[in-house]
This record gives sequence, C-alpha cells and structure tokens, in this order.
Amino acid sequence: MSNARLMQGNEACAEGALAAGVRFFAGYPITPSTEIAEIMAEKLPLLGGTFIQMEDEIGSMAAVIGASLTGAKALTATSGPGFSLKQENIGFAIATEVPCVVVDVQRAGPSTGLPTSPAQADVMQARWGTHGDHPAIVLSPASVQECYELTVQAFNFAEEFRTAVIMLMDEVIGHLREKVELRENLAVVDRKKPSVPPDRYIPYVNDESRIPAMANFGEGYRYHVTGLTHGENGLPTGKPEVAGKFLQRLTHKLDPYLDRIQRWEEVELSDAELVIVAYGCTARPVREALGAARREGLKVGLFRPITIWPFPSGEIAKLGGRKFLVPEMNSGQLVGEVERIFGPKNIHRYNRIDGELITPGEILEKIREVMA
Amino acid sequence: MFSEISEYFRTEALPHIWCPGCGIGTVMQALVRAIKTLQLDQNNIVVVSGIGCSSRMTGYLDFNTLHSTHGRALAFATGIKAAKPELDVFVVMGDGDAAAIGGNHFIHAARRNIDLTVIVINNSIYGMTGGQSSPLTPHDKRATTSPYGNLERPLQLLAVAEAAGATYGARATAYHNQLLTKVIIDAYNNPGFSVVEAVSQCPVSYGRRNKFKTPADMLRWQKEHGIMKGRQEIGDEEFLIGEIFRAQAAEYTREYEKLRQRLQGGER
Ligand SMILES: Cc1ncc(C[n+]2csc(CCOP(=O)(O)OP(=O)(O)O)c2C)c(N)n1
Repeated sequence: MSNARLMQGNEACAEGALAAGVRFFAGYPITPSTEIAEIMAEKLPLLGGTFIQMEDEIGSMAAVIGASLTGAKALTATSGPGFSLKQENIGFAIATEVPCVVVDVQRAGPSTGLPTSPAQADVMQARWGTHGDHPAIVLSPASVQECYELTVQAFNFAEEFRTAVIMLMDEVIGHLREKVELRENLAVVDRKKPSVPPDRYIPYVNDESRIPAMANFGEGYRYHVTGLTHGENGLPTGKPEVAGKFLQRLTHKLDPYLDRIQRWEEVELSDAELVIVAYGCTARPVREALGAARREGLKVGLFRPITIWPFPSGEIAKLGGRKFLVPEMNSGQLVGEVERIFGPKNIHRYNRIDGELITPGEILEKIREVMA
Repeated sequence: MFSEISEYFRTEALPHIWCPGCGIGTVMQALVRAIKTLQLDQNNIVVVSGIGCSSRMTGYLDFNTLHSTHGRALAFATGIKAAKPELDVFVVMGDGDAAAIGGNHFIHAARRNIDLTVIVINNSIYGMTGGQSSPLTPHDKRATTSPYGNLERPLQLLAVAEAAGATYGARATAYHNQLLTKVIIDAYNNPGFSVVEAVSQCPVSYGRRNKFKTPADMLRWQKEHGIMKGRQEIGDEEFLIGEIFRAQAAEYTREYEKLRQRLQGGER
C-alpha cells in the first residue's frame, strides 16, 4: 500500500519523529519551525506522549534532556535566534551523553535578521555553537522526503551514539510542499540499556564501543548526571588523567562509526571536471542547472553532503584534481571544509545572503564562468 | 546520627566541597531526613540541581541525580516530571540560580503548578563565584560587586512564587533545621509546585564582609531574626519562618494525564 502524501517539510519532519517513536516535545514558537510544534501538540497526547510549550528555548532544551533521561525519545524544534539560545544546553546533552534531536529550520540572520527569508548560515553554529570540544552529528535534508527519513535517522543516531543530533533544515525545505512516501519499514534504533545489575553498572564506562549503556531514571540504576567533567562513575573529577580519558572518549566517540554515519549523494560525478558541492535547499537549483550544463557539453557533477557534520572529507578527497564550486546561502561556511582538503586553489564560491534563493540560471552562469 | 541516613549518600563522592561553617550541608541533611521520614523509594527519587555551591548537593546524594546548568534546574525537572510523573522530583538551587538566571523558569514552573518539591538555599550571595551580590542580597549589604553596599532591593521569592501560582511556600533556616525538615515534608506532600526557602549561611563570602565574625554568629542571627509565622509585626531584618502560604490549584501533570485519557476516549 502506498503511503504517499503531499506535505510540507516541517510536517514530514514531525511525521519522521513520530515514526521514530518520539514521545516528548518541548518548544517555543518561532517561524519557520512552528508547524513542527503545532503538530506535536496535537499528536503527542493522542499517543500517550507529552507536548509542552516552554517559556523559552533554553527551557525547551532543558526539558527535552530531562525527558530523555526518563527514557522518552525527545525532540525540540526552533530557528536562528532560538537555536542560539539552546546552545549551552545542547553542550550539556553532548557532554552528559543524553540522546535528543534538535531541529533548526534556518532563517536569515544574524540576530532577528530577515524573518523569515531562507538562509544556510547556521552551518558553523550547528558544528561549534556550544563551547568546548565536542563531537557533532548534523543532517541536512534537501527534499520533503528526506525531512521524513532523516528525522528517523537523527533519532537513530541520537539513541545509538548517545548525543544531541541536529537536523539542520532551512526555510525553503521546511515550507516546501511535495510528495512524500511515509515508509513504515524504516529501521528504528533504541538506546542500549545496561546488561548488568545496578551494583555493577558503570554509567560512563570507557570501553571499546565508546558508547556507554544508558539507564533511565527510575529503573533502579541510580547514578549522577553532571555537565562537570566526570569519571566513569559519573562523579565530577579534577584529576587530569581521569578528565583527559573522558574527554578523549567523548570527542572521539564517533570516530569508529564514521563509515556508518556519513552520508552523501553523488550525481554524474564519474566524468565531471567540475564538482559542485551543495547541500539543503541549494542542492535543488544545482540539480536543475546540471541538466542544462550537460546539454551544453559541460562536464559537471554534484556532490551533496547529507551529513554535513561529520563532513565527508574522505569521500571528497577522492575527487582531487578537479575544480570545485560551492554555492551556499551564506557568505561561505562549508566551502572552508573543501578548502581544508585541497587548499583554496580551484575552489570557487557562489554566495547569496540577501534572503533570495539561488536560481538554476545563476548556477549555470557560474558553471560557465568557472569552466571557461 | 549519620549512620541513620548514610544509605542515602554516595560516600565515594566525599569529602564535599563546602567550606567550614557553610549551611548547605545542614540543608542537605534536612532534605535527606525528610525523605527518610516520608519513606520514599530511593529508586523513584530524582534530585535536580542547577550550578553553584548549593547545587553541588546532587553529587553526594544516592538517588537519580541531575546536576544541570546554571538557572535551568526547574526546566530540566519539568521535562522529567512531565515525561514520567510517577517519579518524585526534588529540585535544589542557590538563590542566584533560582531568582536571577533562573527567575523566568521559576515563575513559569509555579504558574503550571507542576508537582516539584523545590528547595532554594538562600545564602544571600553568589557563593561559588566568590561573593557577588545576588537578587536576594539584602539592601545595603556588601558583596564583591556591591562593595559600597547593595543599592538594589531583595526579591521576595516566596511572594513571587505565590503570585505566579505555586501552591505551597515555606521558609526555615539552617538554624531551625527541624522546622526545615518538617516543611520539606509538607512541601513534598502538597501535590503541586512547592517552594521551601532555606535561609543559610555563607561565612566565607557573605559573613566576612558583613560583620559576622564566625559561622556561629550567623546561626545566632538566623535564630534571632527568624520569626515563627503568626506574630503580627516583624522588625527590621526579621523574616517569617514556617508555612507562608498554601493554595489549591490543578496540577500540571495530572491535567495532562486527564487530557490523554479524554483523547483516548475519542473526545477532542
Ligand atoms: C550561564 C552561566 N553563567 C554563570 C555561571 C557562573 N556561576 C556559577 S555558580 C554562580 C552563582 C552561584 O550563586 P547561587 O546560585 O546563589 O548559588 P551558591 O553558590 O551561593 O550556592 C555563577 C554566576 C555559570 N556557571 N553559568
């Protein structure tokens, strides 16, 4: 049976969260993300879950972490200014390894910016917005279908790797309506529970997996959760050797899993002389421009990072020797990651920061210019 | 006797960080004695704290404990209680934690009348950061950031709680620690947002700057200035102790459960 429906990116994101088993949402209204909260307010109590509108985004992020500690899959959604407010507690979730998903439907900033024109300017904030060294998983959907599927994936990553996962959407994708297939057979992952009795439970054990099993509050495993740097027993420590071991594990905990985490799409890359690296809403005009460019005999392809963090540098490195073009709706954020691999030579940029979309025509013109 | 209540402590986390003469340990003991008297299931108790000297308490207690971020303890606790209402959730905060950076969460948690038992340890100062003035520092008193005396007036935290919709408010002191235990029990038994202001002493960062020679002087001050509710007039620097207010109102998580039930019955 086909489960195809016409819906908005934000709706598809909410549906994805429900398919992943979300049972708690805390949020604060902000365009262009509010539809997600509205859908959660309607659906969660029907499913035995909880929706709460908090007094601000800081509180929303805190409530989500609290709920997750009791075992609930928990979500919050916001945009620009709200994403800024959530940062301290996102760091708390990462440091205490409490699974949760944060949706940021990007709008043009800085500050209140151009409400609510599109932008892709939170790429670096999604990576480094909270202070201190930390791992990050950030997903960037380019279609309504992906809003659905990647939200399920975001929860799976959050649960498996015990971290805050960011769904970095944008105003275009969030408000775009297109056909989506609500596939029901998507794999759903739940956090690993302790396999030992409470007296043998080591809440932040540093073993090979780098991901400790997580007991939920109220299940008989009493332990301490703190944003202070802690040892394997969860208690704060000032000892450099204990702190160092914890921070090494935390900051490198995704390393053994990169192959499974990193996702990207390749379009017509095999003979491409110019590789366009584009993500989110900007990948859409690029896709259109490719056809026109090919008809002109220009050998162009698209590399679309889906996990923008961890950035798939290894894959892009395999494309060495070609020219690159990185169009972005910001003044050049992810392009720096491409330059980090190859240096600035032969890496071209195309940026718009006026709240207007990049058009296929603009991309085509840029392709011609770069390949001339 | 410590042995009576030692089962509730993580002895491996000791020694604690508090200075000699600090009142936070006394408040911790009152909380633990209240929990013992109430005979609550240790596995079902969550204690949430913010950041500060007071908030370090959670590390020493053998419950499900969450040492969260500065000012946000109530928002974390709201998520816990809303997601799993059967848990007994206590929240411990300093006065800066609760009234300054966390003031907005305090108002809104009270407005929801969510069933949390909240202890605000009021030592009149920012202890952890070394003695800056807090929203509860009395007028004219000295702190490192009010070196000429505090120009501002202190917040009446329990009055704020009542006005915002909390359904239980009480005050006691580290000196009146049996009263403190009693009001924590009453706060727990009130099915709604319940606040206990525990007046405490910080000899190092507050006492020294404000003419208290010893911690004992500060306890004596608490004894002499804490006036049991009931007396009509209170003098300068005096404050009421005991149950300050009590009210009836719908509790948030119970209302939410009613909504779920209603929806399951097909009603919208
Ligand atoms: C966002 C943030 N701002 C500031 C601080 C620094 N800080 C730590 S504790 C504290 C105040 C502590 O005072 P209080 O809440 O009254 O608790 P006490 O230490 O007196 O128990 C401050 C400002 C912080 N940790 N986080």
